[in-house]
Amino acid sequence: MSDGASAGGESLRLVATLTVAGLVSGLAIVLAYRWTLPAIRAHQAAALERAVFEVLPGAERMERRVWDGSGLAGAGAGGAAGESVFAGYAADGALVGWAVPAAGAGFQDTIKLIFGLEPSGARTLGMTVLESRETPGLGDKIYKDPKFVGEFRGLAVAPEIKLIKGHGEAPNEVDAITGATISSKAVVRIVNQAAALWRPRLPAPGAEPSAAAGTAAAAPAAQVPPDVERGGPVPGGKPGGRS
Amino acid sequence: MAEPGRFRAELVKGIVAENPTFVQVLGMCPPLAITNSVLNGVVMGIATTFVLVMSSTMISALRKLIPNQVRISTYIVVIATFVTVADFTLQATLPAAHHEMAAFIALIVVNCIILGRAEAFASRNPVGLSIADAIGMGTGFTLALVLIGTVREVLGSGTFFGMPVFGPSFEPWVIMVLPPGGFLVLGVLLLLFAGIAEMRKRAAERARAQEAGR
Repeated sequence: MSDGASAGGESLRLVATLTVAGLVSGLAIVLAYRWTLPAIRAHQAAALERAVFEVLPGAERMERRVWDGSGLAGAGAGGAAGESVFAGYAADGALVGWAVPAAGAGFQDTIKLIFGLEPSGARTLGMTVLESRETPGLGDKIYKDPKFVGEFRGLAVAPEIKLIKGHGEAPNEVDAITGATISSKAVVRIVNQAAALWRPRLPAPGAEPSAAAGTAAAAPAAQVPPDVERGGPVPGGKPGGRS
Repeated sequence: MAEPGRFRAELVKGIVAENPTFVQVLGMCPPLAITNSVLNGVVMGIATTFVLVMSSTMISALRKLIPNQVRISTYIVVIATFVTVADFTLQATLPAAHHEMAAFIALIVVNCIILGRAEAFASRNPVGLSIADAIGMGTGFTLALVLIGTVREVLGSGTFFGMPVFGPSFEPWVIMVLPPGGFLVLGVLLLLFAGIAEMRKRAAERARAQEAGR
């Protein structure tokens, strides 16, 4: 500033300052990225593994399977993220079920979730949300409300899952979360779409009879505590929270 | 670097007397957007304080080298760098908290408290004082977020830091965790702060008048 250089020299100084700032900043960001990447990757892998075991109760081991157009191949092929499922095996090597990752539009942003399917593909074993930006306190109940999450244990997917208000009795009915109807609908739609996509792709269960429709093991209605569905005048149709 | 009295004054002023949220009313996006839980408030406060302290240090140290015409752009580059570093660090250390408010961490770049302190303080004061100022302002901001977050979480979800504080019969005021709740709580707290400041001023004036009348 003190040298009083010509206009050209002055602009050169401005450009030089910003260039240096940009270079140093870029270097710092690359270093931070390189330094944190292993931890971030590990967290993501751990979170995915936890999610797979959560939606496949009893599974001890998981394997990634990629849809290659005609069948499920081992994970070696690589494949797109949306085109693979995880097979979960119990300690004795028996197939527990399939963990299916799926994504779709939620109320605010894409909801990414993963759900477990029985080997036959007839019922879900569990569901957990991997990523969502639903309204805190309302829409986020799709993964924070144990009752809603619990409904996805033993839920029939064969006539497609229906979202209802009130208490669902049929094996394919889910109660909407009061104040988060759109988020609940989104979860049901995502699960339905992914189930419809993947059920025909799953290999026929080896020894097990595929007609599992009649043997209703655990009806979801069994786990409905009476007070959880808050009957208040909460805006049912619109979960609020514009953004 | 400077006398300890000045250092302490710069450190303390941001906490109450010049609180960035309640007195300066700067950087109002996070106090409205992420304060529906106490944990979010704490994490956002710490992340913002980190960026504030690091960029104030940097800008103060380089204040004689940065040409006046490009100072704002340079500040933004410095701030954005530290925000990105904070973003990665949070992702690597507290993935759950990062998950909760990913977009808002990136938006620390445009928090005007940080650019405001860079322009108003760090660019014209030595490094030691700039650090004190940044720590004070960051603490004041964090306390404000925690205060708003406490009111909203307790009333809106019936919990504090995720722990239930009321019996099961408590009906949460859902509006408190929604955006309007942020405006309501912020408005009431601003009123409260302004009221206290006004009361103090009057008390001081009365004391002075008594002193003079005697």
